[in-house]
Amino acid sequence: MKHLRFVVPLALFAGLAVLLFAGLGKDTRLVPSPLIDKPAPAYDLPALHDPSRRVTNTQFAGAPYVLNVWGSWCVECRNEHAALTAFAERNLVPVVGLNWKDDGSDAKRWLAKFGDPYDVIPVDADGRVAIDYGVYGAPETFLVDADGIIRFKHVGPLTPALVERELVARISALQGATP
Amino acid sequence: MIRVMLSLLLACFAPLAAAIAPLPFADHAEEARFQQIVQELRCLVCQNQNLADSDAGLASDLRKEVFEMMRGGRSDAQIREFMVERYGDFVLYRPPIKRTTWLLWFGPGLVLLLAAGAIVRIARRRSHALPVDAPGIEDLP
Repeated sequence: MKHLRFVVPLALFAGLAVLLFAGLGKDTRLVPSPLIDKPAPAYDLPALHDPSRRVTNTQFAGAPYVLNVWGSWCVECRNEHAALTAFAERNLVPVVGLNWKDDGSDAKRWLAKFGDPYDVIPVDADGRVAIDYGVYGAPETFLVDADGIIRFKHVGPLTPALVERELVARISALQGATP
Repeated sequence: MIRVMLSLLLACFAPLAAAIAPLPFADHAEEARFQQIVQELRCLVCQNQNLADSDAGLASDLRKEVFEMMRGGRSDAQIREFMVERYGDFVLYRPPIKRTTWLLWFGPGLVLLLAAGAIVRIARRRSHALPVDAPGIEDLP
C-alpha cells in the first residue's frame, strides 16, 4: 500500500510520456482526408494542350487511374517529377495531371523542359476543383478506383518507395479484384 | 508636423491591409458574419493561422468561396459542412465532440480533476499527520 504513492504518479507520468512521444514523430502537416472512400468530385475542365477539348472525371470510369495535382510554381512537384515519370512510363494506369492555379504558358514550358508524364492535363485555373478535392499543398496524388471512388491520397512529393508501396501495391490489388 | 508623421506611420501599414484582398460586402452585418465564419476556419497551408488572417493563396480562394456561399444563401452550418467535407474536422478551430475528439475536449479537465484530487488527499494526510499545536518554525530556537 505504501509504495502505491510512488507507483501511481509514475504510471501517470509514463502514460503521459507515451502519449506525447507518440505525437513527436508525426508530421502535423499531413491532414487525413475525409475524401478517402468517397466518390471523386466531378469536374469539367479545359485540357492544357488543347483548351477546346474538355476533360471530365467520368471519362476514366471503368478502370483505376491516378490524379496528380501539380503546378509549374510548385518546387516539390519538380522533386517528385522523376518518380512520377518512372511510374507513368510503366503504363499501369492513366495518370491525370490536374494543373492547379498555374499560368498556361508556364505550365507548358515546365513540361517541355522536364518532360510530360501525364496522359491528360485538365486546367484548374481558379482552383475551384482543387478545393473540391481538399487540396491544400501541391503536389498531391490521388488513386481513384474503377468505380470512381478515391482509395488513397498522398500529400507531398512521391518517391520511388512511396510509388511502390502505396500506388503499385494498391493498383495490383484493385486490378486483381476486378480483372 | 505631427500630421505628416501620423500619415507616414499609417502608410507603413498600407501593405498589411493590401495583403488581404477586400471583398465587396453589402453592409456591416454581412462583413461581421463573414469575419465570424472565417475566424473559426483553419488555413490548411499555414496551420496556425485562421482563414481571416492568412494571406496564402489558398486562404484567399477559400475566403472568396465562403463569401460566395454566403451570397448564395447558405447557412453558417452549411458553409462549415462544405469545408469539413473537403478538409476534415481539422479545418474547424472548434472541432465537434465525438469519440475521436473526446480526449481533446475533456482530457485537460480530466487531468485537472486528477491533480485536484491528489492535492486534496495530500493536504488531508498532512493535516492528520501534524497535530494542530505542533511547534511551528517561528517557535523553534
